[in-house]
Amino acid sequence: MIEIIIIVLLIFMLIGSIICLETKDLLSSIISITSVGYFGSVIFLLIGAPDIAITQMVVEVLSLIILIRATIRMDLTTIEEDRDFFGLIGTLALIFVFFILGMEAIRYLPKFGTPSFTLNLQAPSNRYLMNGLKETGAVNIVTSIILDYRGYDTLGEATILFTSILGALAILRVYARKRKEK
Amino acid sequence: MNNNEKGMSIIVKTVTRWIKGFIFLFGLSIVLFGHLTPGGGFPGGVIFAATFILITLAFGKEYVLKKIGKTLASELDSLGALLFLIIATLGIYFSGIFFSNFIEKTHPTGNFKLFSSGIIPLCNISIGMKVGSCLFMIFIIVSVVRVIFEDGKGKLITTEKKDKK
Repeated sequence: MIEIIIIVLLIFMLIGSIICLETKDLLSSIISITSVGYFGSVIFLLIGAPDIAITQMVVEVLSLIILIRATIRMDLTTIEEDRDFFGLIGTLALIFVFFILGMEAIRYLPKFGTPSFTLNLQAPSNRYLMNGLKETGAVNIVTSIILDYRGYDTLGEATILFTSILGALAILRVYARKRKEK
Repeated sequence: MNNNEKGMSIIVKTVTRWIKGFIFLFGLSIVLFGHLTPGGGFPGGVIFAATFILITLAFGKEYVLKKIGKTLASELDSLGALLFLIIATLGIYFSGIFFSNFIEKTHPTGNFKLFSSGIIPLCNISIGMKVGSCLFMIFIIVSVVRVIFEDGKGKLITTEKKDKK
């Protein structure tokens, strides 16, 4: 039953992304690309990942606001030309290659609903699930992984966010200073 | 034109006044109970940012930028990142391993207690602080910064005000 709902939601996601690419209006493009994220968050909720679902939903809301705020007063530029023929051929060839490789990869995946770490007893996920509560004391196993076992990765993610904000501020600040000197 | 007429209509302002505290408390609970329930530092921090963005949209940017300037947001951002790094480095001091959980892990009366699992709640708080101020700054940069000027002391004024002067 859950599989059918997920497939329907995936079809909605595909429709949303196609509308986002093909529409001429910038606002409806933003709203349809955000709907893709909302359907994704519902899928995460259905397959039993509430942590990711909360994060996805909240970030989608925020990015929708920021995108609308950033683009609503922009001059809308629409591209009237036809698509480049060789570019179209190249894109189709690339999509075909990825489709073939993806079908090859899907053959090696375990059946839907069976976790992949049950196939391999040496996988670290087994240790996280067995000893996670004893070793870290956190009841939420996701938090115990991202902040204790894999804390170094979280530090890297925080550093990326910090550096990107620093770069954006530095670039835009030069512009503000230049305007001040006039 | 006084300050009350900036921003959105009076309905939006009244509703915002009622619910902004509840949204902030929801974010706080998601951050503080990140090691017990789904959630954690990142979604909680995004909800913090969403609170301030809601106030900015409802009351106008001058209302928020007077109280919380770019400087305070960047200070909170740096403070959160620094706190996270300090917690991680203290692990070396106490037990010789980077990011080791050096505080008492289990609560004496059992699981599902707020004060448990060592450094994880502290890390959640620092990440929440960092992400919240970071995303609020993204919003400021994207929507407001084209008209921002600094008057030398870090206070922010806009072109609209400058033209009136």
